[in-house]
Amino acid sequence: MATAPKANIVREDLLRVEGVTKIFDGAVKAVDNVSLTVATGEIFALLGGSGCGKSTLLRMLAGFETPTKGRIFLAGEDITDLPPYKRHINMMFQSYALFPHLSVWENIAFGLKRDGLPNEQINEQVEKMLALVQLTKFAKRKPHQLSGGQQQRVALARSLAKRPKLLLLDEPLGALDKKLRETTQLELVNIIEEVGVTCVLVTHDQEEAMTMASRIAVMNEGYFMQVGAPDEVYEMPNSRQVADFIGNVNIFDGVIEEDEADHVTIRSEECVHYVGHGISGHTGMSVGVALRPEKILLTKEKPAGDYNWCMGEVTEMVYFGAHTTYHLKLASGKVIKAQELNNTRDLSCGLTWGDTAYAHWNEHAMVVLTQ
Amino acid sequence: MMKNTSSMNKISSAMSRLSNGRYLVIGVPYFWFLILALVPLLIVLKISLSEMESTSVSSMIDWTNGWPTVKLNFASYMFITTDALYYQTYFSSIRYALMTTVICLIIAYPFAYFMARSPKHIQPTLLMLIMLPFWTSFLLRIYAWKTLLVNNGVINNVLMSIGVIHEPIAMMNTPFSLMVGMVYSYLPFMILPLYANLSKLDMRYLEAAADLGASPFKAFWLITVPLSKAGIVAGSMLVFIPAVGEYVIPELLGGSDTLMIGRVLWDEFFSNNDWPMASAVAVVMILLIMLPMAIYNKSQSEQAESKA
Repeated sequence: MATAPKANIVREDLLRVEGVTKIFDGAVKAVDNVSLTVATGEIFALLGGSGCGKSTLLRMLAGFETPTKGRIFLAGEDITDLPPYKRHINMMFQSYALFPHLSVWENIAFGLKRDGLPNEQINEQVEKMLALVQLTKFAKRKPHQLSGGQQQRVALARSLAKRPKLLLLDEPLGALDKKLRETTQLELVNIIEEVGVTCVLVTHDQEEAMTMASRIAVMNEGYFMQVGAPDEVYEMPNSRQVADFIGNVNIFDGVIEEDEADHVTIRSEECVHYVGHGISGHTGMSVGVALRPEKILLTKEKPAGDYNWCMGEVTEMVYFGAHTTYHLKLASGKVIKAQELNNTRDLSCGLTWGDTAYAHWNEHAMVVLTQ
Repeated sequence: MMKNTSSMNKISSAMSRLSNGRYLVIGVPYFWFLILALVPLLIVLKISLSEMESTSVSSMIDWTNGWPTVKLNFASYMFITTDALYYQTYFSSIRYALMTTVICLIIAYPFAYFMARSPKHIQPTLLMLIMLPFWTSFLLRIYAWKTLLVNNGVINNVLMSIGVIHEPIAMMNTPFSLMVGMVYSYLPFMILPLYANLSKLDMRYLEAAADLGASPFKAFWLITVPLSKAGIVAGSMLVFIPAVGEYVIPELLGGSDTLMIGRVLWDEFFSNNDWPMASAVAVVMILLIMLPMAIYNKSQSEQAESKA
């Protein structure tokens, strides 16, 4: 929909999933009628909480699970019934699954040897992969002699060594600590883009999905709630669940009062919302108004106008360094969160616990959720 | 300050009590080992270097000249190296023990493998079934094999009555009956360590192998087998070591051509009443078993060191 068109490159679909359903033990629907296409060169993220079916879907792509219904195509070929060892797909496993009895070099060479390549070719490719992940010096080490970050790079090199058509990443950064994760994220994307491999990655971490992927599918209870570019999913969530899952959000329950082509007004208990764009709804319809905390401005003075502001008491202040999150208790009892940028060294809005504050936002800050 | 010092004293005395307790816990089994294994072993070693006198062995230290003289008699050891009976028996003992180990491994590996792969809730039952034979006396079970294997035993009778054979197959007192008894008796000792090892194997390694293009068969040889090496070694040791010195099974199921060192030992002690000779036979047997173990342990610790 809103993905930036890449200049004149016609992207063809590499992976096509058609109506795939997976039912475990005849009862548990892990994946429910999922269809998707992934274009060559794309990094596609499956995002969701635990038990949402993202891992099951990934395992079906790898061939470790067979779909109960539906087909999977890779480059036009139906691979639904192919065993994992016959697919041109490689996976980087969660916590890596590096073979503990083999050296780094042997781990990377494992897949190449299975293809029965001549030794010089194997050597050449392994050296290339070691150079790619900057581990040439560690070739003779065993996995347990490496740090977490190094193991992660070995796992990446091993999964890229066979030049797969599709690379699957299962929680690729899950086993690393926060600081290392940030640097590794970009490194990983750089390597993937350098190799030019198409990627499907599974994660429960929305930041990871947003920074790495070109498209995200938000999953819940086995189905896709929304598929789109990171900014699209964040700024234009299509449901309360998606809005709630991706980042922080305040949701006001309201009723449409005025429904025009260029604007709508929605009355909620706390205030009247003036939304500066038309929506597909009708007067009298119950909707949710989603408002991200960072789009709210807090002041001590009462804002002008009748729309898009409300008053409350500061009940909580959480200082994050770069920004501060205020919890504002409104007259209705509802607590909203507002995130203020600390752009000067004293807290810029000058509010503290117990203060009365006005929260206001502009007409383009909100998303109206009809479901 | 005062209070502080007294509490410090309390802590240090508590710590010393704790470490005393620890020494006690470690000390008891070591003391046990010393009294009941090492000392008897030294006594056996001493007897093996003595001479047999009419009813007892000669004492090692002679005081006849007023000086203590240590007399070491290597005659028994010399005899072992010169008489073909002994080294042939050692050789056949090791051969039968090796065969037992290999056959046990071949049977136990798939057994343990499928046990480890079976649904979690039936695994305790399967484990108990492995141990079930231990509820019956070992001797009784070996005798039971006798009734199965003899010429007019159950197996021959059944085969003859259904017409598969017309004359009984001579199975009893042959290498075959010996191997049946040995493998039957030692199989649980191979299965249990293998099961313990294989049930810990992380299935993701096999998935990773499959993902990289290894067929299930290849993945088994390249991943499962190397990763279960510790279990294979432990099981083989548990079978091989007692099998070398096995006495009861060759005595009851073996024949005249399946001589094993345990029987020679028995004969030296109780028929020939030659204690030094019997002791020498035992000492050589221990050395024969310990040598490969020591070599293996050394290579293991070297490997562990290179890892560190």
